[in-house]
Amino acid sequence: MTETSTSMPFSRALNAGMRRAMRDSDRVLLMGEDIGRLGGVFRVTEGLQAEFGERRVLDTPLAESGIIGTAIGLTMTGFRPVCEIQFDGFVFPGFDQITTQLAKLTYRLEGTHSFPVVIRIPYGGHIGAVEHHQESPEAYFTHTPGLRVVSPSTPNDAYWMIQDAIASDDPVIFLEPKSRYWQKGEVDVTARALPLHASRIVRRGTDVTLVGHGAMVTTLLQAAALAESEGVSCEVVDLRSLSPVDYGPILDSVRRTGRMVYAQEAPGFTSLGSEVAATVMEKAFFALEAPVLRVSGFDTPFPPAKLEGLYLPDADRILEAVDRSLAY
Amino acid sequence: MTALEDPRLVRVLAPDGTLAPTPEAEQYLPLVEALTDTELESFYRDMVVIRGFDREATNLQRQGQLALWPPSFGQEAAQVGSAHAARPQDHLFPSYREHVVAHIRGVDVIDIIRVMRGLTHGGWNPADPRNGNTHIYTLVLGSQTLHAAGYAMGLVLDDRCGTGDAERDEAAIVYYGDGASSQGDVHEAMVFSASYRAPLVLFLQNNQWAISVPVQTQSPVPLVRRGDGYGMPSIQVDGNDVLASYAVTRRALDEARAGEGPRTIEALTYRMGAHTTSDDPTKYRGDDEEQWWAQRDPIERMRAFLAAKGASDAFFAEVDEASRDFAADVRARTLALPGPSREQIFANVYSEPHPLVDEQRRWLEEYESALEGDQA
Repeated sequence: MTETSTSMPFSRALNAGMRRAMRDSDRVLLMGEDIGRLGGVFRVTEGLQAEFGERRVLDTPLAESGIIGTAIGLTMTGFRPVCEIQFDGFVFPGFDQITTQLAKLTYRLEGTHSFPVVIRIPYGGHIGAVEHHQESPEAYFTHTPGLRVVSPSTPNDAYWMIQDAIASDDPVIFLEPKSRYWQKGEVDVTARALPLHASRIVRRGTDVTLVGHGAMVTTLLQAAALAESEGVSCEVVDLRSLSPVDYGPILDSVRRTGRMVYAQEAPGFTSLGSEVAATVMEKAFFALEAPVLRVSGFDTPFPPAKLEGLYLPDADRILEAVDRSLAY
Repeated sequence: MTALEDPRLVRVLAPDGTLAPTPEAEQYLPLVEALTDTELESFYRDMVVIRGFDREATNLQRQGQLALWPPSFGQEAAQVGSAHAARPQDHLFPSYREHVVAHIRGVDVIDIIRVMRGLTHGGWNPADPRNGNTHIYTLVLGSQTLHAAGYAMGLVLDDRCGTGDAERDEAAIVYYGDGASSQGDVHEAMVFSASYRAPLVLFLQNNQWAISVPVQTQSPVPLVRRGDGYGMPSIQVDGNDVLASYAVTRRALDEARAGEGPRTIEALTYRMGAHTTSDDPTKYRGDDEEQWWAQRDPIERMRAFLAAKGASDAFFAEVDEASRDFAADVRARTLALPGPSREQIFANVYSEPHPLVDEQRRWLEEYESALEGDQA
């Protein structure tokens, strides 16, 4: 381990990234439920109120619309608020302020004002929790012009992407794969590897391209390792940015492999995977040997936790799709 | 209607224009007495000019020149009084009917026309000094109350209120209506502004009707009492009395600016016209009610007061002429407005470049030029 690279869990990397952004600019403030004294229900903001004070880390009233709506007002006095939504399923009371106000205000104001608000949302399953605590709501936000949507999959990306999201003059929905909060990884604190909205090939392969984001990247890598043992070479692309999507690496990969499987925890109908699949078919049609396949959560509500193993795509379901793709 | 008999009501001018302060209004009289004749006349002038403008805008909609018009007809006193009460450094967050407020703060009303003509969603830049810190209209009911609360929270965090320097301290005022008062965002704005002692005046124009639903359906108790639950001083004022509307707002803003926290004001008024030009009030309310409120018209009341103080017929004639000229000028400028540019579809969706928007902008450019090429 060197001074420039250090191993830390995903949640600590987020914490370190926010700490650095707050040290860099005293206009960055954090707001959310239980984020101050408690450090957030996942402890992502632990210690930040102690360092920066109650005027920089606000334990807000328990009201998501209020958090987003007042964050909008705070930008008008020059602040750059970072809002924490406690769980994915609790963002919807703030959905109106996000979609009818935050996303559209720069357009409405014809560019005279920017709204640099980051909305951090711990999303996704794998934690065995009760209803509203395991969802993947990304498509609601990627469908909304005016928002940027990103999702890191590693501690290093968490560290840099949260800083880049805070630096963005546009509103950013920042989806944190909560099941990966405790996963450790190397963080290089000296330099970012990629811009915020770049996708990345995280494993090289020649037969099938696997695409996903957030927690699903780990599952895709597991599937690729299993496929390799069966003689199938999978390339894995981490989307990182959900809106806009950086299609360059995806199309490069598909043009080489001729096959693509998209995996996501969200229900598949009108999902992000649907959009990416359609675009790949439009732009790389003649390179494709098989239709782009999607592996998704089912088109049901997220089921009770004891059933999540059947609901969430795992490596076996991804490999089943890989086999179908190869069979064309 | 009985609300106008509430003992908490602040009213300075009786409907016939005589000075007849209610018991609650006594404490505000020094603020009223400090108004100069010039200020009193400007209150009247603003009400008359914007009523003429509002009538002209309604006509323009009827003639197909505007997509929609939400009239301010009848609510002039609440708007003139409150807008004149704000200091230059204060920020004002309107809903979508505050044409009088916008005009007083310096917004060119043609910018409101541009919104209603379908040329822009916003109309003006709140940061342009000419617009007097007036924020743009918000069409989703109550959303702007949270923006104003957040803005006022920022004033607290930056120590821009409560320093004791009345020339420097700042506050915000947000406008909403009796219908919007049922929205959750209004509740949350009160919670947040109370929790952070934000310098915010929540100014409710109770015009009695949320399109076709009477205020009694929004609340079985007077809306002014809502503020009590948040620990906010709350004042009910006769919103058709421009002097009372001015005085209560002046004090509420001064107190908020001084760091005493948020306040609510319920201004009792009446939407004399339709909700918008798409509405038909004859389907849900009767002539007798409209007549009752017509007898409490804010402009007639102030005119009688000024006449009794000695304002000349020439003054009133000059104001009427100014109103007609203003309306005629708006009509001419409306008809001369240029159309929007294609580029507006794609401009400012984001503050920073966005590949999908750029790609679609280029596509439309090529598609349109191909069509133009075909026609050539």
